[in-house]
Amino acid sequence: MAIRVLGWLAVLALLAGLGAAFGYAPREAVQGNVQRIMYLHVPAVLTAYLAFALVFAGSLGYLLTRRPGWDRLALAAAEPGVLFTGITIASGSIWGKPTWGTWWTWDARLTSTAVLFLVYVGYLLLRGMIDEPDRRARAAAVVGILGAANIPIVHFSVKWWRALHQPSTILGPEPSPIAAPIALALFVNWVAFTLLLFYLLAKRTEIARLEDMHAG
Amino acid sequence: MRRAWIVVWKDVLSERRSKETLNALVFFALLLLFVFQFALGPDRARVEAALPGLLWIAFVLAGLLAFGRTFLVERENDCWEGLVLAPGDRSAIYLGKLAGNMLLMAMVEAALLILFALFFSLDFTAALPALALVLVLGTFGLAAVGTLFGALTAQLRARELLFPVLLLPAVVPVLLGAVTATQTVLAGQPLASASSWVTLLAAADVVYLVVGLLTFEFVLEG
Repeated sequence: MAIRVLGWLAVLALLAGLGAAFGYAPREAVQGNVQRIMYLHVPAVLTAYLAFALVFAGSLGYLLTRRPGWDRLALAAAEPGVLFTGITIASGSIWGKPTWGTWWTWDARLTSTAVLFLVYVGYLLLRGMIDEPDRRARAAAVVGILGAANIPIVHFSVKWWRALHQPSTILGPEPSPIAAPIALALFVNWVAFTLLLFYLLAKRTEIARLEDMHAG
Repeated sequence: MRRAWIVVWKDVLSERRSKETLNALVFFALLLLFVFQFALGPDRARVEAALPGLLWIAFVLAGLLAFGRTFLVERENDCWEGLVLAPGDRSAIYLGKLAGNMLLMAMVEAALLILFALFFSLDFTAALPALALVLVLGTFGLAAVGTLFGALTAQLRARELLFPVLLLPAVVPVLLGAVTATQTVLAGQPLASASSWVTLLAAADVVYLVVGLLTFEFVLEG
């Protein structure tokens, strides 16, 4: 019941986000309508980071407590995490073609996001290869922890390697220079994506619980 | 610590008597050299420009084979149970296997450098001390993750597929740092001009080692 309410909330928020992105937010002066992809791109990547943080928490929790619930959390977070990272890369690519003139460039943030994507695709592949729940949970937790510990290292290595992407505006230290309506539309979409993530999490942990019950 | 040495000693002894891994790896390295030569053609400038990358491609490929076998030999020789049942801290096994892998990779890398110097008529002697440091730091990062993931995948189906798929994205920072630092060193510049990369490599090594030590007991459990 609570899951269903959460689902409908996510739907409403996504609709509001769509309205905010296309109705409320003004046309960007320099880039034009292309800029509106940002309302998908930025919330997606923020949500993906949140999801991978939850994978880390679930992995750590499982190794410390051995409760299968933690493992189900890690699984339930990894799948949408990969999905949202994929959305980030695809939407960024679509935005990059008209703006930078290229679908893909080996810029720092693009590369580190792609590496993140590959790490967690590997994580899901590993999970798919192991049938025994306890062993799967342990192996996945080790990869989940190493993957998370690796994120800052990947970040810095790729950053020094090269940089073209504009630095982060929202998570940066200075007050955000984004115009208020655009920021509000971003915020609405971010809330919507986070709600969607939590809905997917709740649904997926529930399914995983039923699967475990059925298998055990 | 003593337990780790016992694991190293056991692996070195069995490798010295069977010589199966090292011989095959050096031969594999030689084959890679031929592939590089065919891919790049006779142009010397091209080889020299691509050299840092080529070296690390060879190291990584050799590492993929070597690290993947670390725990497979235990399984093939039915020693897995004995290893797991050995008393004491499991992280000693990790340390021992890691040290063994470093030793093995050191020999493969030395062989590769000699082969490169020979076949492409290059001279590494001037850059050797700095190069050795970069190689040790880079290889340690590869081996720390490789040993952990090697143990993780040793018992799985499709492990030969899964192992590189897990390892390669995880060691991207090590590869970036190692290749860039190698480039600096081979260009004749002092190591100090790549100090940030050396720091990054060292930091990555420490992080991987700590994660490996802490999580290894969960990997070896079943």
